Amino acid sequence: MNNSAAGTSSGSGDVSAPRRNSNRPKYSRFTQQELPACKPILTPRWVISVFTLIGVIFIPIGIAALRASTNVVEIVKRYDADCIPGNNTKAYKVAYIQDKNIDKTCNITLRVPKDMDPPIYVYYQLDNFYQNHRRYVKSRNDAQLKDRGKANDTSGCDPEDASNGSPIVPCGLIAWSLFNDTYNFSIGNQNLTVNKRGISWKSDRDHKFGNDVFPRNFQNGTLIGGASLDENTPLSQQEDLIVWMRTAALPTFRKSYGKIEQNLRENDTITVTIKNNYNTYSFSGKKKLVLSTSSWLGGKNDFIGITYLTIGGLCFFLAIAFTGVYLVKPRKLGDPSYLSWNRNPSGR
Amino acid sequence: MARGRRRELLLSRLYAFACGASRFEADVSQVGGPGFSRVAFANEPDSIEASNLNYGSNYVSTTKYNAATFFPKALFEQFRRVANMFFLFVGCLSFTSLAPYSAVSAIFPLIVVIGATMAKEAVEDWRRYQQDIEVNNRKVKLHQGGGTFKFTEWRNLRVGDIVKVEKDSFFPADLVLLSSSYDDGICYVETMNLDGETNLKLKQALEVTTGLQSDSSYQDFKAIIKCEDPNASLYTYVGTMEYEDRQYPLSPQQLLLRDSKLRNTDFIYGVVVFTGRDTKVMQNATDPPSKRSKIERLMDRLIYLLMSSLVSIAFIGSVVFGVKTNDDLQDGKMKRWYLRPDDSPIYFDPTRAAVAAILHFLTAMMLYSYFVPISLYVSIEIVKVLQTVFINQDIQMYHEESDKPAHARTSNLNEELGQVDTILSDKTGTLTCNSMEFIKCSIAGTSYGHGFTEVERAMARRKGSPLVETEGSREHHENAKPAIKGFNFDDARIMYGNWIKEPHADVIRMFFRLLAICHTAIPEVDEEKGNVSYEAESPDEAAFVIAARELGFEFYQRTQTSISIRELDPISSKHVEKSYKLLNVIEFNSSRKRMSVIVQDDKGKLLLLSKGADSVMFERLANNGREFEDKTKVQMLEYADAGLRTLVLAYRELDEDQYKSFNQMFMDAKNSVSADREERMEEAADSIERNFILLGATAVEDKLQNGVPECIDKLAQAGIKLWVLTGDKMETAINIGFACSLLRPGMKQIIISLEGPDIIQLEKGGNKEVIAKASKASVIDQINEGNKLVSSSTSESFALIIDGKSLAYALKDDIKNLFLQLAVGCASVICCRSSPKQKALVTKLVKEGTGKVTLAIGDGANDVGMLQESDIGIGISGAEGMQAVMASDIAISQFRFLERLLLVHGHWCYRRISTMICYFFYKNLTFGVTIFLYEAYTTFSGQPAYNDWYLSLYNVFFSSLPVIALGVFDQDVSARFCLKFPMLYQEGVQNVLFSWRRILGWMFAGVCNGISIFFLCSAALQHQAFRRGGEVVSFDVLGGTMYTCVVWVVNCHMALSITYFTVIQHVFIWGSIALWYIFLLVYGALPPSFTTNAYQVFVEVLAPAPSYWITTLFVVAATLVPYFSYSSIQMRFFPMYHNMVQWIRYDGQADDPEYCQIVRQRSVRPTTVGVSARVDAKVSQSQSSSATRVHHAVHSS
Repeated sequence: MNNSAAGTSSGSGDVSAPRRNSNRPKYSRFTQQELPACKPILTPRWVISVFTLIGVIFIPIGIAALRASTNVVEIVKRYDADCIPGNNTKAYKVAYIQDKNIDKTCNITLRVPKDMDPPIYVYYQLDNFYQNHRRYVKSRNDAQLKDRGKANDTSGCDPEDASNGSPIVPCGLIAWSLFNDTYNFSIGNQNLTVNKRGISWKSDRDHKFGNDVFPRNFQNGTLIGGASLDENTPLSQQEDLIVWMRTAALPTFRKSYGKIEQNLRENDTITVTIKNNYNTYSFSGKKKLVLSTSSWLGGKNDFIGITYLTIGGLCFFLAIAFTGVYLVKPRKLGDPSYLSWNRNPSGR
Repeated sequence: MARGRRRELLLSRLYAFACGASRFEADVSQVGGPGFSRVAFANEPDSIEASNLNYGSNYVSTTKYNAATFFPKALFEQFRRVANMFFLFVGCLSFTSLAPYSAVSAIFPLIVVIGATMAKEAVEDWRRYQQDIEVNNRKVKLHQGGGTFKFTEWRNLRVGDIVKVEKDSFFPADLVLLSSSYDDGICYVETMNLDGETNLKLKQALEVTTGLQSDSSYQDFKAIIKCEDPNASLYTYVGTMEYEDRQYPLSPQQLLLRDSKLRNTDFIYGVVVFTGRDTKVMQNATDPPSKRSKIERLMDRLIYLLMSSLVSIAFIGSVVFGVKTNDDLQDGKMKRWYLRPDDSPIYFDPTRAAVAAILHFLTAMMLYSYFVPISLYVSIEIVKVLQTVFINQDIQMYHEESDKPAHARTSNLNEELGQVDTILSDKTGTLTCNSMEFIKCSIAGTSYGHGFTEVERAMARRKGSPLVETEGSREHHENAKPAIKGFNFDDARIMYGNWIKEPHADVIRMFFRLLAICHTAIPEVDEEKGNVSYEAESPDEAAFVIAARELGFEFYQRTQTSISIRELDPISSKHVEKSYKLLNVIEFNSSRKRMSVIVQDDKGKLLLLSKGADSVMFERLANNGREFEDKTKVQMLEYADAGLRTLVLAYRELDEDQYKSFNQMFMDAKNSVSADREERMEEAADSIERNFILLGATAVEDKLQNGVPECIDKLAQAGIKLWVLTGDKMETAINIGFACSLLRPGMKQIIISLEGPDIIQLEKGGNKEVIAKASKASVIDQINEGNKLVSSSTSESFALIIDGKSLAYALKDDIKNLFLQLAVGCASVICCRSSPKQKALVTKLVKEGTGKVTLAIGDGANDVGMLQESDIGIGISGAEGMQAVMASDIAISQFRFLERLLLVHGHWCYRRISTMICYFFYKNLTFGVTIFLYEAYTTFSGQPAYNDWYLSLYNVFFSSLPVIALGVFDQDVSARFCLKFPMLYQEGVQNVLFSWRRILGWMFAGVCNGISIFFLCSAALQHQAFRRGGEVVSFDVLGGTMYTCVVWVVNCHMALSITYFTVIQHVFIWGSIALWYIFLLVYGALPPSFTTNAYQVFVEVLAPAPSYWITTLFVVAATLVPYFSYSSIQMRFFPMYHNMVQWIRYDGQADDPEYCQIVRQRSVRPTTVGVSARVDAKVSQSQSSSATRVHHAVHSS
């Protein structure tokens, strides 16, 4: 890479003529487009070293990421089908879930495959739930959530803006459809406490949901969406709501339910008592319960590690391949014929 | 003193042809009728009648807008662009609830973009306004009443004003000449600004007013001028002047046009008849058509392509959306109940799914509007303006003598400069500097003069012969003594009085006497120093008189009847004054091709001195006057080959009787008023201009501008064709053709003209139809013949030379394609005697016939049509005329700067703009595809993947600065290499950098990158926790990460695809990425009511998560590795031409001499035009002659 140093002599030499040359452009490397520049071209050395470098960096990261992912212990249990008695049609399931009079408690057991160290995160996972639908995403009013004086501000919340003539707080479809399955964990007879504090983002609690804003008129309409809220707890402490209202990006998503701050031993059997309230049956969504530890990379996902290894490996391979090609086949010399304009020299 | 003498001169008598009785009586009967209604009350502009007429003021405005019209007009201009209209539409829609994002964020970029463009318009118009002010505030002397004249601004002039214009100043309006400093009321006018002709024109006042030669005589002057209405015809004028109760007809002879210049005349008085907009020159000035470059036009098509792809994906989305929405509510059962399909606004209403889908289509259009780069136009505008700054600032295109840098008047055509296929050039003032230098002469068969012409120098330099060095030292030496304009003769044998020692001293004396006497120049004696300078009609003429003066035959005085010269007597070395009685002057004109004077010397001997073209002079020699004929002819050939203009000098002695009979005949002819007056005069002249005795020949260099041959050579090597379109006569044009190596010996000349004897015969008959028919047939024949010749031979190169008359037929609709075919087949084309209109027509023919980019270059008003018609018009700003410059797109001061303008700036700009546009499409597709794919995961509900402000600032901040840097600063190879490998230029001509293949390649890359970013990001950030704290990915996390990846990828892609990194590139590329993080920080810190889901997203959510960073890393790497591999392979194994040059530079040209050699050989491809070709031809000639001798040896090698 050589820096071009051309042109220093071209202009500066004859600057000494200021007499009448008022229009003479002033010489500067900038205006003469002679700024010192680095002009790299993809030489074999460059190409091979770049590929090698990527390989060298990526493979260790890949290994680390993969290890992090494999060290995470994750229990995923789908329960939406199991928690409805019998193997029934969709219509039956919908009717079942919508029937308020049925007790929808349901017990499932989870086996711990490996020791799990606290904190163990509890998530619920929904499938085929479009929290990212435009109507849904927009159906909220941030001002109302933050400011108690703006309870009447329900713009954008339609149709969950008001019920019985007075505004709903929190309004909108998101809040209305709040997830309302509950889980109770126990090992043997011993209850596992689930810490439901601190599962939401701090900024949400502090700045988006007011600590003096209380739910009002919520789930009072003809159609009940999901969970109801305790009218005496300010929104900033309704963490389930806060988590739920941070909408997911994709139709398959997990949301924090709580944390278990207790060791789980391999082969422990956990009994979960689920209140199966939430209707995912009408849109054929799945519900899953997830218990997971975390690593520096977060939860279990081998994809990052594998991709790193793949890219690293590929780059090593390319480095070798390019080395080979450069050695075996030196630069192609003048076969000028492929330059299109050389084929038909115009004007004889 | 000189002035006193001159005032007595009645020059009208000198000019037998141009002056005298007006050739035709103007048809003044129309005056007063429709179309001839203008009335000017001379000297009474304030009278009631005059003010009733209410003619416009002399203020001339060339601005596009004024304060009131700026906003509506400029806005209208802006929204004529499809893309802007589209964005306005989108912006308006964004105020409805259809919008997927907030209205402000959609309107903001549009306002920025439109604002920037309008600001640019305003600045440009302001500059024009400043220019107007300068012109309108020029001063002229105006009659204030009472016989006093005072200076006033041009803009204050009114119809009927009497003005006094002084020597060498411009006429402020169209004037009717009343009187001049000459007693016979003539004046000289230079009309270069109007028609590009440099010779002076004679105008003559009506006889009745010629006496009004002093200020005071206008005290009570009154006249009424009635004439035609304003029109654009420069050469017609019909009117009458009512003066002292009599009517006098006015003709063009009395009309002085605005923007022409008074020359050789101390002052004139005139009446203003047309002002401001009404003047003929302004009537001629049409608004220059706003030109758009080919790339820009193609870009429009690309925008349409993008828009249609936008429409189609929006359509797909709408269909899916419609189906899904329709599904949501069936028989009263809700599927996605959380969306409340039972209680839905129209946009999501399942019961009206079709309507919802149609409305969704609009939403989708808004959302996918990111496919169309909103900032593309404004970025291009900014880039182009900066590019023009570089062009204007290029010190190597600055001309020291005229103190003029290059000036790009429009920024629209920068990249077009890199695609020029054909250059159409004017000759005078463009290729030549319109100054003649006496450089050689042949006297009595001996050639004198050691000077080298520009052509000889260029050839020598090309060959690397020692001539260059001697040249250099000689030039140095030359600089030491004061150079004399028009004289570059150096030969000690006849200079400083040495001619007396030469064998034919008497012939030499006669030769120079002839030069000193036979002309129409007027001497101007500097009283103090005693120096004599000359004012001549044409620069050739001046060169002759100067040459004579420098060799000791100083012409110093002209009276009505005599010419006085001062001879240096070599024996006594004293000045001897000699006076010749001037009897007749028979002027030069194009049909006579010669000029003669008849004088009587002090001994009473009558001499007819004549100079003329060889074609007419040699046949007029007397038998006893042919002594040196053969030698002279040989030398004249040599001169012509060196690109010189030659004239033959001859004389004869007359006896009294001969002269008397001639004079009788000539005077009769001159005084007749019949239609055949000129013919009779010519006949008379012809009868006496015979039996000459040959003296020799002069060789005058129609001085090519510096560096013209080399420039043409370089352009030829770059594969650019050069056509010369000139108003000159064929001989001159051919001479110049040789001079600048467009023609060379050994080239087959195909000459198409209508000078054949049969046509001339017909023309005498005078039947116009017959003439036209025969002419056309003859032209067709000649063209067909030429075509046959061209197609039959592949090895020879041809030159086409066509004259104006034939051109008129060749440009007829039915023949023009034949003509074009012939012209394209020829290596060089010269059109001579072509009118401005023909120049424009030829340009149009080439432009439309070949579909390639044409560039026209010229300096005079006669080139204006051509400049406007061509794709790019270049004006030469060296001369004083501003017409061409005003009509041009780019003005340079020397032809040779064209080389740098095209090969360096053109190439760069072309490369920059085309890469820039491709990159724009690439980056917007990358971005758009991620949005689209995300859409698919929201069942096309119209939810963007990113926060509103991420969306709208993408094009404004995070991706456009590096492109602008690319557009302004990128260089594939440095200027030096651009000039060294002119073939590089063909990349532009062949349009390899903006071919569909390349554009689609970039677009494909964009789509691939978008797909790769989306899927990699969404796979890496699935539903699992992405931080140690167990937090899961939400909408803002995926959006933020994906956006980060997009910003990294598009900027790094840019870093990979350019090979020129100055600090600026580094700052912009890495700065854009940094800016994104800074933006996240700043934006995230704003209150959540404004930022919604982006609140503190970086500080709290993304930055502490390692997975965010390592996701970014691998996504960027995975996305860019394919491109990196592709370009490594391409660079190494399939290099494009500029890649090869880059290799050479990189290798320092030493590593791989073989390769270097090949590239260089390739760059100097066999050209047929230019100095190189000339040298090659000479070499191959000598080789072939030597080859016959040693052909065995050659054969074996």
